[in-house]
Amino acid sequence: MVCRKQGWGVAEMAVHSSAIEQVASHDRSRAMDAFKLGDRVFYWITRISAILVLVLLGGIIISLIVGSWPAIMEFGSSFLTTQRWAPSAEPPVLGALSPLYGTILTSIIAMTIAIPVGIGIAVFLTELCPLWARAPIGMAIELLAGIPSIIYGMWGFFILGPFLADTVQPFFIGLFDGVPILGAIFGGPPSYLSLFNASLILAIMVLPFITAISRDVFATVPPVLKEAAYGVGCTTWEVVRHVVLPYTRVGVIGGAMLALGRALGETMAVTFIIGNSFRISPSIFAPGTTISAAIASEFAESDGLHQSSLMLLGLLLFVLTFFVLAAARLMLLRLEKKAGK
Amino acid sequence: MNPIYASRRRKDIIVRALCFVAAAFGVSWLGLILFTLFYNGLAGMSWQLFTQNTPPPGASEGGLLNAIVGSLIMTVIGVGVGAPIGMFAGTYLAEYGKHDRLSPVIRFINDILLSAPSIIIGLFIYGAVVVPMGGFSALAGSLALAVIVIPVVVRTTEDMLNLVPNSLREAASALGLPRSLVIRRIAYRAARTGLITGVLLATARVAGETAPLLFTALSNQFFSLDLANPVANLPVTINNFVQSPYVYWKQLAWSAALLITLAVLALNIGARLIGSERTAK
Amino acid sequence: MTIVSTAAASGPAVPPPRIDPEVPAKVAARNLNFYYGQHHALKNINLSIAANRVTAFIGPSGCGKSTLLRIFNRMYDLYPGQRVEGRVLLDDTDILDPKLDLNLLRARVGMVFQKPTPFPMTIYENIAFGIRLYEKLPKSDMDSRVEKALRDGALWTEVKDKLNASGLSLSGGQQQRLCIARTVAVRPEVILFDEPCSALDPISTAKVEELIAELKTHYTIAIVTHNMQQAARVSDYTSFMYLGEMIEFGPTDKLFTSPSDRRTQDYITGRFG
Repeated sequence: MVCRKQGWGVAEMAVHSSAIEQVASHDRSRAMDAFKLGDRVFYWITRISAILVLVLLGGIIISLIVGSWPAIMEFGSSFLTTQRWAPSAEPPVLGALSPLYGTILTSIIAMTIAIPVGIGIAVFLTELCPLWARAPIGMAIELLAGIPSIIYGMWGFFILGPFLADTVQPFFIGLFDGVPILGAIFGGPPSYLSLFNASLILAIMVLPFITAISRDVFATVPPVLKEAAYGVGCTTWEVVRHVVLPYTRVGVIGGAMLALGRALGETMAVTFIIGNSFRISPSIFAPGTTISAAIASEFAESDGLHQSSLMLLGLLLFVLTFFVLAAARLMLLRLEKKAGK
Repeated sequence: MNPIYASRRRKDIIVRALCFVAAAFGVSWLGLILFTLFYNGLAGMSWQLFTQNTPPPGASEGGLLNAIVGSLIMTVIGVGVGAPIGMFAGTYLAEYGKHDRLSPVIRFINDILLSAPSIIIGLFIYGAVVVPMGGFSALAGSLALAVIVIPVVVRTTEDMLNLVPNSLREAASALGLPRSLVIRRIAYRAARTGLITGVLLATARVAGETAPLLFTALSNQFFSLDLANPVANLPVTINNFVQSPYVYWKQLAWSAALLITLAVLALNIGARLIGSERTAK
Repeated sequence: MTIVSTAAASGPAVPPPRIDPEVPAKVAARNLNFYYGQHHALKNINLSIAANRVTAFIGPSGCGKSTLLRIFNRMYDLYPGQRVEGRVLLDDTDILDPKLDLNLLRARVGMVFQKPTPFPMTIYENIAFGIRLYEKLPKSDMDSRVEKALRDGALWTEVKDKLNASGLSLSGGQQQRLCIARTVAVRPEVILFDEPCSALDPISTAKVEELIAELKTHYTIAIVTHNMQQAARVSDYTSFMYLGEMIEFGPTDKLFTSPSDRRTQDYITGRFG
């Protein structure tokens, strides 16, 4: 390839440039042809990878349905209403009522504790906390969200369970002893392994999620709105109550539902301390089980109809979380659109 | 003082106090968990952990070598398989798929997979890999981790590529760069730290994953590098040892938990440091 | 808004105005219309851009001058929902031909953007990167090509000792000259400047303007600017655009001293825009 000389006259240029251009464009189109194949290949690699995400979802649904088919055929809708779980009975009797009850109950208790506390922390971080402490506390909360759930489960099993059984549970049992209904809910002997203990661990686990998401959505409030409210003399609480929360309501609810989705499907934090009992007891201090705990503790050693029933439990859990997560995402999307405007 | 204002102020102070208590409550849990973890985990720290395999029941000597190696292998394969797929898919969403009607659907499904219960992923891999392969294996465990990695990386890749200014893409196109090279040579490079952050976070996410390994990789008491058979790994080892009656096993479980937590915290902090370096520039 | 109705007069059959018969046209647009979705952004544009001259496009923001420039290298193809009608010839090729290889076109028609866009790599790589796309050169040849490009970009003396520093470490004005050098390095025939100085300080602006004046000996140059003094300083021909139409096109001295259209006069005297 000829190098261009410096300092050409214009007339000279007219002659040289056309010659050079021809060489150049010939070389270039050859180089281009080589690129073209790469271009198509790369496009299709990315496209197929993207479609693989859909295939994954399809694969999950299909494999769960295929795996649980024998149980669906055998038990039908009675699966949902049977409390008994007797895989070694002849014939086996298996019902999802107890794990469903445990899953929903522990999630509700956990959310009742975690939502107000999580939002409180987010308010503290965005409105009250001195500036120098915001970053470290925010980071600590986010790191808490990154700790694997088995660590929470283990900690709950060794530390929190005994602590609750020795102090908190006897207190409530004594407090409500003899009171109708409440006495039953907070009744029975204290236990290391109980629905209540599992709920508390779940609450601690989802707390950072709720805080992190709430903090993010609070950040979408335009500063002028808050400044205007402070400008007319509102207190911090009034600004939060009348400006921040209404503005971010959808996002906070979406975040809470995302956390609910996690709580429903959380496995390792719960399995150690829920007791794995398929008996439904009125007391929250009694052992119970959840769908994920049942699968985690029994699946590896199961076979036949037992395994198929565990798959069916998994399918139920997936459907449940799918709807909760879908609703959560739709709400967060709505907020994003609002913030984008 | 005006009584209305006084009551407003009282309410404000109460709520402030409650928020403060909530924050103290939340942070103290972290402190408490980390404290017990270090307290119990450090007690069992020794070179033995890294030189000996997990002991048989009742033994009072042994380490975690096989579990550490198994965890490393599965995490590396899981991230190695999942991260490129996730990165390509995220690239499609951010670069090519802006006007593809399928993209919002993929994005939505990906967000759901992102928070889907990991035990479901385990069931999926059990049905899709373990049953056809005829048994539990390290490979199945790795694939389960890969399925968890993919949505995380898809999300971060798309977000990070969206941060690359369009003017850079235009400038590269104006030089005559074909689209794929604009992406690979310019956009990837501009988003590099963000992409690395995403992979680190995904690694942190799977490093301690237990539920999907319980019935895919299972565990193994011995040292094994055979991908077609069960392999020991830290999370399932913890799961088995915690519920055992043996004191030494419980001690090993604490040590394993400390190792995992340190690794996860290191990955998270590393990701954040890299991320902040980018914003500082 | 009466201006709009009177301006629609230019008929479709008018040949592209050729200002100077001796200077050959490098780029010619005929009956060019452009749409962003429903919005009719360019209306029946006809013009020729003379080879080895600087042609400036001025007009109030939103008049379509950048849109027009971005047709010449088909940059609009990156985004869907944009549509063009008419013909644009680069020498004898119709660049609006859908079968045309866009990457080759863009290698022939380079572009410098409003904001400096150095790639996230070293100064040397910023230049070598574009060259390597089309040519395989031994290291020594590549070095001299990079040096030549940086000299052409009037940047060599400032960066010759830190070629391995990041392109992002340069000042805004240096970054813009790096982008010019990068564009020149792939040896285009036409260079499009899209408000190249709007993000620069006056000293850097003067340097870039000087550079444009030098570059025209080798390249055909089209520049969009919102700065009328700049158009007057650097260009040989100027086109005034307003609301998607080309109102007036002529030698720069004439357009600025005795504009024939009332709207041009209003604009250059600062009455609107």
